[in-house]
Amino acid sequence: MRSFGTLIAVNDVSFDVHKGETFAFLGPNGAGKTTTIKMLTTVLRPTSGTLELDGLDPVVQPTQVRTRFGVVFQDPSLDSELTAWENVDIHGVLYHVPRRVRHERGETLLKLFELWDRRNDLVKTFSGGMRRRLEIARGLLHTPKVLFLDEPTQGLDPQSRNQMWTIVKNLNATEGVTVFLTTHYMDEADRVADRIAIIDHGKIVATGSSAELKQQTGTESLEAAFLKLTGTSIRDEEFSAQDRMRQISRVWRR
Amino acid sequence: MNVIYILWLREVKKYLRSRAQIVASLGTPLMYLAVLGFGLGPVFRKAGQGSYLQFMAPGVIGMTVLFTAMFSGIAMLWDRQFGFLKETLVAPVPRVQIMIGRTLGGATVAVIQGAIIFAVTLIAGFRPASVVAVPIAFLIIALIAVVFSALATAIGSSIKEMQGFQMVMNFLVMPLWFLSGALYPLEGLPAVLAAFTRVDPLTYGIDGVRGTMIGAAHFGVSFDVVVLLGVGVVFVIAGAWRFSKIEV
Repeated sequence: MRSFGTLIAVNDVSFDVHKGETFAFLGPNGAGKTTTIKMLTTVLRPTSGTLELDGLDPVVQPTQVRTRFGVVFQDPSLDSELTAWENVDIHGVLYHVPRRVRHERGETLLKLFELWDRRNDLVKTFSGGMRRRLEIARGLLHTPKVLFLDEPTQGLDPQSRNQMWTIVKNLNATEGVTVFLTTHYMDEADRVADRIAIIDHGKIVATGSSAELKQQTGTESLEAAFLKLTGTSIRDEEFSAQDRMRQISRVWRR
Repeated sequence: MNVIYILWLREVKKYLRSRAQIVASLGTPLMYLAVLGFGLGPVFRKAGQGSYLQFMAPGVIGMTVLFTAMFSGIAMLWDRQFGFLKETLVAPVPRVQIMIGRTLGGATVAVIQGAIIFAVTLIAGFRPASVVAVPIAFLIIALIAVVFSALATAIGSSIKEMQGFQMVMNFLVMPLWFLSGALYPLEGLPAVLAAFTRVDPLTYGIDGVRGTMIGAAHFGVSFDVVVLLGVGVVFVIAGAWRFSKIEV
């Protein structure tokens, strides 16, 4: 459970993600997806309850937990005044990846995400899709066991989305990295996720594979199942300082 | 050490790449130097105080260092939501190392900016007492840079909105600058103003630079250094503490 003052963001969120699976965390705006990811990635402390990642508690052993996951946050976290390679290299230093490994794996990942030719260009010259790919590549540099992706495909065209998931699913299969993702695109969750949890008003309302969810709700598509479970009313999110910053950033971003 | 170094390097690299920003940020101090330096010069001389340019050049260098250091810390506000800060906060390294790397980077940039303005004052006609005085003065300038870079980190870690930035500029940075004695001598001030100038850490910074460069310190250089060191320790601790509390 996590509360912000009197607002309870998530309450009674219990789930397990198995090693090596792709797990999608779906929910309407303000349902508590990002709060959950933030707690699992040690940037927020839960008000109550327990967390475990690869057998470790993010609250008690944050440093050890941090070496075990890679994360792509909803808002960008690249340095746009640096080159793609510099962003990757700094990540390697921060995660104590030895120089040789940093260079080899950095090259492999950038090639895989089709960014190698642009490695010496400043990130501010990159498109939205390229930035996202770079963030994922960077997040994988230290060979994490879990990769968190918080709405990684938001605002991307179908081609970029398709390419991104193909690469991520491949890595999931070859390196066995567990993928924990959130998205608003149901087709995406349907395609890539082994299991899905649906969260609403800070509570998990259903868990299972896409087929199980459809069967459980007696619907044809994941989208229909999702709407049946979470209702069709529009969620009014509270406009936070963060949203205001986001609005300003849209004007000022190059 | 690697972590501190790479984060320091990042700040310096970014600075060296933003040529336009370098030029723009030198505008305000240059304006003060040119307009006030030459404008108030005759009055200052009539009052029997000698060359105003000699007097205010250390003040303008101090101003540059103050503004640059404060900006670098406040840029963190932006970095926190839409930039690199989050990447460093989830990395498996102690936050204090990240804070030190950033603060030293910001301080280094401030010292470089101060050096550029120092060069400009030389062209304008400023003459330090001796060549030996210059490196000693720059040690004090480095201290000023660390003090305000750390303060900026503490503030940047504590506020959440861009509006807060305006508040800091109007109610902190400008008063720090105007109360520092950069533009006027500290002798014979009204008691209230004198009291305010004495709580402003920049006062001691500029006094120290003035003392080493033109041999005219109000408090004495060693006293200035002791105050700056003391304030520096407090601000670095405060900055590290505030930085460790950031939740994104």
